[in-house]
Amino acid sequence: MKISHEEIQKIALLSRLHIPDEKLAETEKALSDILTYVEQLEELDLTDVQPMAHAVPLYNVYREDKVVPSLDHELALSNAPEEDNGYFKVPRVVQE
Amino acid sequence: MTIHELHQKLVNKELSALELTKAVIAHKEAVEGQVHAYLSDSHEQALAVAEAVDAKIAKGEAIAPLAGIPGAVKDNICIKGQPATCASKMLENFIPPYNASVIEALQGQDFISLGKVNMDEFAMGGSTENSALAKTTNPWNADYVPGGSSGGSAAAVSSGSAIWALGSDTGGSIRQPSSYCGVVGLKPTYGNVSRYGLIAFASSLDQIGPVARDVTDAALVLNAITGHDDHDSTSIPGQRPDYTKALVNDVKGMTIGVPKEYFGDGLHEDVRKAMEEAIETYRSLGAAIKEVSLPTTKYALSAYYIIALAEASSNLARYDGVSYGLRVPADNLVEMSTKTRTIGFGPEVQRRILLGTYVLSAGYYDAYYLKAMKARRLIKEEFDRAFEDVDVLLAPVAPNTAFKFGEKINDPLSMYLEDICTVPVNLAGIPAISIPAGFASNGMPIGMQLMGKPMGEEAILQAAYTFEQARPECNKVAPTGEVQL
Repeated sequence: MKISHEEIQKIALLSRLHIPDEKLAETEKALSDILTYVEQLEELDLTDVQPMAHAVPLYNVYREDKVVPSLDHELALSNAPEEDNGYFKVPRVVQE
Repeated sequence: MTIHELHQKLVNKELSALELTKAVIAHKEAVEGQVHAYLSDSHEQALAVAEAVDAKIAKGEAIAPLAGIPGAVKDNICIKGQPATCASKMLENFIPPYNASVIEALQGQDFISLGKVNMDEFAMGGSTENSALAKTTNPWNADYVPGGSSGGSAAAVSSGSAIWALGSDTGGSIRQPSSYCGVVGLKPTYGNVSRYGLIAFASSLDQIGPVARDVTDAALVLNAITGHDDHDSTSIPGQRPDYTKALVNDVKGMTIGVPKEYFGDGLHEDVRKAMEEAIETYRSLGAAIKEVSLPTTKYALSAYYIIALAEASSNLARYDGVSYGLRVPADNLVEMSTKTRTIGFGPEVQRRILLGTYVLSAGYYDAYYLKAMKARRLIKEEFDRAFEDVDVLLAPVAPNTAFKFGEKINDPLSMYLEDICTVPVNLAGIPAISIPAGFASNGMPIGMQLMGKPMGEEAILQAAYTFEQARPECNKVAPTGEVQL
């Protein structure tokens, strides 16, 4: 399956990645090669096959609803690119 | 030098843990100029633990099998207070505020880590060439890649700069570099070892496991990290066996399956010959050999890449420059995230995020992701049926031995095709071990893979151990790999 430049720009936006124009052709080739390869799955008869998300037959793993110690506030912020008064700081979202 | 030999020397007081640690550090400093397995060091902590182990020995206290034996940890496993970069610019300055569960377990056993080792960025790749931070070479020949993504783990053990290491395996990332570097690598059953604190690539496939010098050491490291963990909702409940009990030098009565689909056209002649010799070895030792067919194998790589990339695109969405990792400042949030991710992620990671986003996007989900999850069930059921008749399956780890730098890096699909023998195991969640099985005509190591049923680590360890005892010439130490004590 060939993927168009337009589609690449669309998924780039969804992925929060910027693809400069001069990289578009290269990206298109790499993505199209791989998508073409994986299309071989079309050959399989998958009627009545249930999808499998992972290999362990474990479902609804619950824990008791009780308070346990969790990550210290200061430690949780220790890798913050920018923090302010115990919060993560980001560029202004609501404009004046 | 192996864990079990060194443990005896420590217990017999022929050697102190401090002397051993200093010797491995000295050796590491001598070989690292060439190999570059490490991204960061923790020598001071290592020496402090070594002294504590010596104090225990002096007091006559029992020590754990791994106590005082220097190891290395792949840089996607969190150790509190030490960098965990994932070999990415995105996490170059990230210091985990907590320990992975495997690290908690190991610290309770006086574990020594000499540092964090290199990998393909976010464990995406098969040569460690995708590391944004260092170029690791193969200890057998520096012109060749060490394999990946746990290339640093395998190169460290092979070059003697660690006695053992932890790696992670999503589609072959422990087994393939172990094979390329001539050491032993074990991918446990999905859910056998906790993933808590392993930086996620593809959560339904990732599993932490040992890289070691021999099969006994792999069993010892597995013993140290196995077990149920409340912090991982996919962790298998229940007690684990003592895996060293499976180290029995006997395959009589065992049935070894040979899946013909793993011996197709793309297989290098030297690898094929080594596998045939291994089959003959098992036959002569009294195992029954049975050819089996796993016809869906040819679709495994497609299913694997769709699932792995879909999960990766979702897992890596967290790197948005807000709470940790790189931030490239901008005027608004979308631009900040976009700049951060475009600068922080290397080309292969970006490619995989794009593809993963594509296969999950509206209109394509059914065509790709859903289909891949169905194919995954077929592959799993095919393994289940095979294991009704056989105890273990024998196959190559990779169709070729290690390749040279630059050979595949510009053709992502050809790099993906090298994973063809290893990805089915991750899709099915079964355990598999890679052990040295000889050398190619160019001198590079060849790996053999033994696969087992879910939680069937004991059968593959027994078969691997028996082969190792029968064919010691297959497991040689790399030219610079012997530590001088």
